[in-house]
Amino acid sequence: MSKKWNLIVDVARCDNCRNCFLATKDEHIGNEFPGYAAAQQEKDHSWVDIHRKERGSYPIVEANFMPVMCNHCDDAPCMKVAKDGAITKRADGIVIIDPEKSKGQKAIVDACPYGAVYWNEEKQIPQAWIFDAHLLDGGWTKPRVQQSCPTDVFRALKIDDGEMQRIKEEEGLDVLLPEQATKPRVYYKNLHLMTDCFVSGSVIVDVDGVEECAEDADVILKQNGSEVGRATTDVFGEFKIDQLAPQSGSYELQISSDSGGKFSTDVTIADESLYLGEIRF
Amino acid sequence: MKFSIILWGLVQALRLATRIYPKYAERVKEKNLVAQFKLKDNSAGRWIQFKDGKIKSGNGIHENPDLSIFFQNKAIAVEFLTPPFDQLTRIDAAKNFKVGMSGSDALIVWFTSTLTYMTTVGWKSGTDMGDGVTRYTNGTNGGPIFVYVKDGKIIRITPMEFDDDDAESWTIEARGKKFTPPRKTTLAAHGLALKSMVYSEDRIMSPMKRVDFDVDGERNIQNRGKSEFVPISWDEALDIVVKEIRRSKAKGRGAIFANTGSHHQWGNFGHYLSAFGRFTNLLGCTKMMGSPDSWEGWFWGAMHHWGNSMRLGTPEFYGTVEDCLKETEMMVFWSSDPDKTYGYEGTIRRAWAKELGIKMVHIDPYLNHTAALMGGKWFAPKPGTDAAFAQALCHVWITEETYDKEFVEKRTQGFEEWKDYILGTTDGSAKSPEWQEAETGIPARDVRALAREWSRKKTYLGAGSWGCGLGGAGRGPMGAQWARMMAILGAMQGYGRPGVNFGNLQFGAPLDFSFYFPGYAEGGMSGELTQSANAANNYQRMPHVVTMSTVRQAIPRKFIPEAILEGRAFGHLTDVSTVQGQFMKVGYPAPGHAKIEMMYKYGSSSMGTQMDSNRYVEMYQSEKLPFVVNQSIWWEGETKFADIVLPACTVFEHDDIGEWYNVGAGYVHHMYSMNNHRVISMQHKCIDPVGESKSDHDILLEIMKRLDMGAMYSEGGNTEIDWCKRAFDSSDMSKHTTWKKFLKKGYYVVPPVSEGTRAPTGNRWFYEGRKKDTPEPYPLPADYTGNFGEGLQTPSGKFEFIATTLNNIDDSGRPPLNKYMPTYEDPERDPHLADFTLQLLTPHTRYPFHIMGDEKGCTIRDIKDHRVRVDGHEYLVATISGQDARDRGIKSDDLIRLWNHRGSVVCAAYVTDRVQPGVVSAPTASAEYRPAGEPGNSTDLGGCVNMLNSSENMTEHTHSIKPNTTLIQMEIWTGVDTWQRAEAV
Repeated sequence: MSKKWNLIVDVARCDNCRNCFLATKDEHIGNEFPGYAAAQQEKDHSWVDIHRKERGSYPIVEANFMPVMCNHCDDAPCMKVAKDGAITKRADGIVIIDPEKSKGQKAIVDACPYGAVYWNEEKQIPQAWIFDAHLLDGGWTKPRVQQSCPTDVFRALKIDDGEMQRIKEEEGLDVLLPEQATKPRVYYKNLHLMTDCFVSGSVIVDVDGVEECAEDADVILKQNGSEVGRATTDVFGEFKIDQLAPQSGSYELQISSDSGGKFSTDVTIADESLYLGEIRF
Repeated sequence: MKFSIILWGLVQALRLATRIYPKYAERVKEKNLVAQFKLKDNSAGRWIQFKDGKIKSGNGIHENPDLSIFFQNKAIAVEFLTPPFDQLTRIDAAKNFKVGMSGSDALIVWFTSTLTYMTTVGWKSGTDMGDGVTRYTNGTNGGPIFVYVKDGKIIRITPMEFDDDDAESWTIEARGKKFTPPRKTTLAAHGLALKSMVYSEDRIMSPMKRVDFDVDGERNIQNRGKSEFVPISWDEALDIVVKEIRRSKAKGRGAIFANTGSHHQWGNFGHYLSAFGRFTNLLGCTKMMGSPDSWEGWFWGAMHHWGNSMRLGTPEFYGTVEDCLKETEMMVFWSSDPDKTYGYEGTIRRAWAKELGIKMVHIDPYLNHTAALMGGKWFAPKPGTDAAFAQALCHVWITEETYDKEFVEKRTQGFEEWKDYILGTTDGSAKSPEWQEAETGIPARDVRALAREWSRKKTYLGAGSWGCGLGGAGRGPMGAQWARMMAILGAMQGYGRPGVNFGNLQFGAPLDFSFYFPGYAEGGMSGELTQSANAANNYQRMPHVVTMSTVRQAIPRKFIPEAILEGRAFGHLTDVSTVQGQFMKVGYPAPGHAKIEMMYKYGSSSMGTQMDSNRYVEMYQSEKLPFVVNQSIWWEGETKFADIVLPACTVFEHDDIGEWYNVGAGYVHHMYSMNNHRVISMQHKCIDPVGESKSDHDILLEIMKRLDMGAMYSEGGNTEIDWCKRAFDSSDMSKHTTWKKFLKKGYYVVPPVSEGTRAPTGNRWFYEGRKKDTPEPYPLPADYTGNFGEGLQTPSGKFEFIATTLNNIDDSGRPPLNKYMPTYEDPERDPHLADFTLQLLTPHTRYPFHIMGDEKGCTIRDIKDHRVRVDGHEYLVATISGQDARDRGIKSDDLIRLWNHRGSVVCAAYVTDRVQPGVVSAPTASAEYRPAGEPGNSTDLGGCVNMLNSSENMTEHTHSIKPNTTLIQMEIWTGVDTWQRAEAV
């Protein structure tokens, strides 16, 4: 099997430093790479974009970030709408929108379910992140997003598809919008930080009339009677149970401690993560 | 060798150079002249004539030379002219009149530079990457970089990736794991985005004159900031500037005010402390007196408990990366957000800490970037109240007896008085967790839980952005109280104990601290010995002529408008050499000195960086400031308030040299310990200057030549690359690599020291009661009370809970006992502020470095967490809480107006749970000033939120800023501006 490029993106490592975003602008604004990409327009294009997801509320708040770019799909929706051979799939898996042939084809922008194709107003062409194919062809071993990333979010791998599937299983990788069946070549680790919900709270106990944080309380989350998550409160009495699907309905939360404290409540997971506030034994 | 033979040889060398190097032949064609070398008594000599590129020469004395270089005697001449040249010999000859020059200064500079060019013309820089691409190197405020150039244009900027020839990286073994940093440099956004600023539409392309400014007639000063500019020639611009210099100097000493920002472009020679320092000394200027404005609380406060003056009152950090990874169980990040501004070298180390399971706690009104990445417990105290939180921690430790009793007993003094205060014995108010809850909003139970965990676990206190000071809660009305509490918390837990110290893994990498390369604050080519760290190393190691200003007045930066408008401004010195240095009051005017007649503004923009900056408009539009020249690369908020604008170029357009985050001796000593590798980079001239711009160095040389000081300024024709070579020779790099190799490759990685010779852990010596063993030259010997090396810089030599040096100044905001005094703006305490219910935080910027990288066509403007584009204009992002947004009908990306009686600024809203209700956060710097109406008296659309901050001092006898708890109000921006500036209340 031939070796093809894949990109693994670890959401948990993304610091929103924006170096991948800026490096891509640095590479493409003002630079023409014939056969690969025309120069990016100066403003408003985010070929590598950073999506933000905030979860929870004070004091249990997360701010998570995820780079999103052309997925170099093996079953690319953009290729289906492209005319005149404007988009090609290279043998190494990289999808290239030809800057000449694609002129005027705005449908290519609309076809991308990831919003990763941008319309160059000045040149009237669709443009996207080209996996730095021009650099890889020139001997670079990795794309600039990876080179410029200080926190090792990216891992570009040129391997055969079987090997990639093995890594995907092994590391529990996901792809964006799997229901679209586009067969992306960009994989995500810890994607739940962007997509899932958590339930959290602060447990408080009365010790001789003084309010204290309840450490080491057991927290169990059940749905339809069976356990779906479990946590232990930390020194601040806080707990968090993660990886609950949005709109997954109602759950029963039970908290108990060695000192005999007990608490239970029903919670409903809609679109956002929950902080249940102060829970007093 | 004989004098006559050397001179004959010189001519042969000149002829050879013109034959080998076409560039040199071109150079020789530039001027027709006769230069005479001779002995002072005319007993011997040789003249050299350049005519239309041809070189003629004759033995003896020419009748009518254009310039002469004469020597005291033959021996001196031979020594001076025989290669390889010894710099000290040459400087000695110049200083002691062993060599002299006569004739036109401009021609002397040209001729001596031409001689020097014989050596440098053949030098090669950059790596050929094929396909017409050359990879150069450079240095930026965001880190060293590779610069790819094709056809005279920069095509890309990347971090450096090391190769096998570069020095190895260090490894730390901790808890069974080995950690080695990646073989590359990391880069801050403002470094990575620089290409977009080189080719920016906001570059100043030629010298400019305000259209209604006439140096000999009507100056229309009232129109500064309003009128447009027209391009003029360099000659016209420089003639006007020199005319104004002469006019000002005729009024008396000190009439020229040299005004710089804190930060310039990277590089030892382009930096304002270097070429501009030499220029202002030779000219005799009233200088701007800076303040320790990112270290306020440490400098004015914490220093009095433990000294550390030369580190601006912040603690030692050596070895803390290794100690923390090996020993620590918990890290408390207090107002500490290292993942911004200075890049990401420390980020990987914090990832290691997370991998090792070290627990993390973040205390910050804003869920900052580091906290978002690392996770852990988040506390958001009400801005300004952190010191109350900290005192309650002391309360728990005292009542539960969980402080380090042995350390407190042996290494500190004043604890009993401190204890009495904390317990309320002296003032009837126990500083208990319940007491602080009313002030900070943090539940008492959380404070108890944190205090117990802190004393139970070996804990690192990362105080301020760098973990050992800088930024955050240290800048504000309560800044000194907070920083003092950080020091006190450290003392109560015995800082210096294994696993117990200051730091957040941002500083203290195990690098070689003995390898010398000059830092930028060592003054470069300035020759200034008293107001930079030049005298410590640079002056000896790179022999050069000393320069000295004759002006004894200075204007405190915070009160520049007051100095001009009211004719008076005083402040306290940022003298880091000793603790009592900060008690010195200096300012403007000084006896016998002239009032300011002209301002030489060098880069940066006060509008978006200084407090209450509408004051600046009033100053600029006043007849009391007759002339303003602004030397700048870009049009920024302040640039158009000038009369003449001189276009400088970026680091890519001239030669320079520098080491990544090496400031030099003093100030932020060994700041490069922030990096995983010490990287010294040649800052190649990668492209020609854009437009008609010139390097700062060269602009200043042009002015100097017009005052016959060109030879003095250039030290006999040195150009920027000559200075780079001199810096190379002065450094330890010259013992490990050759100039030729370094210049070509462009960077050098300093090898780390072996494990056994690493710097010891900071503060450990003090904890263990040994002599100081960390590699830093302070306290100065005179500042030890007992024997040299024993104890701290305090009068007692101990950590002082009651800071006795504060007895020396009657500053009500800084009593020796650091009692809690809520001095932040409060609508309840200050009824006239009742309508302003929101507290404004103005933290350091994340993506730009102050205003470097903000606007000016920089791609950072497209980062939606920094600016949001609405109708074609980029508005600075202000972070607001969900509740405050709902109360006012605001959604994310809406334009909102923030205002108080000092200023009014439009920002774009970012609605989030990352701040608590009542708090608004917007970054402290804006390159753009865009008044909606009359400058100085209308709403700013550019994002200069510092306009809202007070210009008052943090406490009375300091020179300090106090942002971060300013009260403001907020509403949806209607697009109609009715705001009026009120007199300061």
